[in-house]
Amino acid sequence: MSRLPVTVAIADARLGRWLVAPALVFVLLGSLVPVAATAWEALHGHDLRLPWLGRPFVGLGNFVEAAQDARFTSALVHTITFAVVTVPVELALGLALALIMHAAVRGRALVRLAALLPWAVPTVVAALVWRFMFEAQAGVITAPLRALGVVGESFDWFVRPLAAWVPIGIADIWKTTPFVAILLLAGLQGIDPTLHEAARMDGARTWRRFTTITLPLLRPAIVVAAAFRMLDALRLFDLAYVMTGGGPGTATESLSLYAFIALMQRLRFGYGSALSVTVFLLTFAFALIWVRALGRSLIGERT
Amino acid sequence: MTSIGARTAIIAGVVLLSALVFPLYWMIAASVTPESRLFESPSLLPRPLSFEHYRALFAERDFLIPVRNSLVVASMTTVVTVPIAALCAYAVARLRFRGRGVLLALMLAVSMFPQISIVPPLYLMLRELNLLDTFPGLVLPYVTFSAPLAVWLLTAFFRQLSPELEEAAMLDGASRVRALWDVVLPLAAPGVATAAILTFLYCWNEFLFALSFTLGPDRYTVPVAVTLFRGRYQVPWGQVLAATVVATVPVALLVLTCQRRIIAGLTAGASKG
Repeated sequence: MSRLPVTVAIADARLGRWLVAPALVFVLLGSLVPVAATAWEALHGHDLRLPWLGRPFVGLGNFVEAAQDARFTSALVHTITFAVVTVPVELALGLALALIMHAAVRGRALVRLAALLPWAVPTVVAALVWRFMFEAQAGVITAPLRALGVVGESFDWFVRPLAAWVPIGIADIWKTTPFVAILLLAGLQGIDPTLHEAARMDGARTWRRFTTITLPLLRPAIVVAAAFRMLDALRLFDLAYVMTGGGPGTATESLSLYAFIALMQRLRFGYGSALSVTVFLLTFAFALIWVRALGRSLIGERT
Repeated sequence: MTSIGARTAIIAGVVLLSALVFPLYWMIAASVTPESRLFESPSLLPRPLSFEHYRALFAERDFLIPVRNSLVVASMTTVVTVPIAALCAYAVARLRFRGRGVLLALMLAVSMFPQISIVPPLYLMLRELNLLDTFPGLVLPYVTFSAPLAVWLLTAFFRQLSPELEEAAMLDGASRVRALWDVVLPLAAPGVATAAILTFLYCWNEFLFALSFTLGPDRYTVPVAVTLFRGRYQVPWGQVLAATVVATVPVALLVLTCQRRIIAGLTAGASKG
């Protein structure tokens, strides 16, 4: 316990509020108030191209429209499917990479560097580079596949509704697996090595030690990494915007992208806000479910 | 037995690492390949080295302007975010006052907000204040989104520092603020540097806000400028990839020089939650 006198504690409490104030003001004015404002805007009809219509209150009208909008429904399905497909792959590969980083004796710095670069590179750069590699004409991925006869002569990833997701998914996995690996590596380093030694003495093989020691003890780190990745994947925007623009047609349009188009291209601020609110609700619902299901490993007891 | 396992591990490692590095190599290789050769069958080594794309990028496209914009916005954000986050984090880590837990949870929640969910009112507000297409108009949302992460990271960092030194200073009669300035700040330098690096990277890479709140090439940041390069009918791939290399250089420099610090920061912010 602190050896400081009680008067300090009282002064501390006052000082604490002052020190916290600037950051809190920024976060309130820049995030919480705007989120509330988006929700309020979503209850209005507001079209910046038709300013003479004003901004009438329409209640849940925009949400009703969204529910009947096939483009919204498919954007929702795309977003959830994308998250559910890519995140488990990222967790599995991230775990593999973390184990490699943990075990690497020589070249540890090199491995770390190779892992950090994709994480640090702007998402837009990742999108453009992978788009280039998947190009139909002479892409370094497409050309060999064509030469081997795996894909047809005129095959183009970006004109097929399902195939167009492949470059997006792979770019996402490439970009975010290192992040997962770094989180899991910290978890691995927290595992007491004597546990492994004791198990080895008792004759446990590598695989058995992995499933009975490493995985259970790594669970909190995996839970956290999965939460971060899911929340990020559910707001997918950059990769879809840059790689396909949501195309062909709207086949790779995510919810964030559709909201952006409604807002910034069609200038339908009421409807676009309603779509933005659904992105918020989607991530919020996921966070709630995740915390409920997996509890304390996310919020911790440290506060 | 073990040697077979070790060998598989090494092979898996090499495959994984090549997959991580290859796209970056390919980006650099393509950026120094003449445009006409880009569309022939791909070869692993660019044979006639050409810096034509880089010349065109800076001479014809004025790519220095987005580079300058990104540097200005990222630096301004870092200069605002890091001090306010450090003060907040110190208070949360050391001082006992009500609502600390709520504050930290709030920060975490805000950092998880989808960016798109605050774009509409921010756009309307910035338009009202004539701040669209200006640097402050971007710095505001960037501070809002980077401050919570910096607070988390620095809180974890301050908690690792022993309170004894500052308490000793205070028992010697220094005020809390004085102890913070003279004793804690020098010790906190590594954590503050980490927060600054991560904030800078966040701003350098950010796309959605920059795309929404800038209106023309004079204020485009690097990610926006690169993305909007595409011609109407054809993508000038050579120049696009040269631009992505330019966009990657500062990031790569930071990672090369500060990789330990970055990893420490990422894990402090996340795993100690």
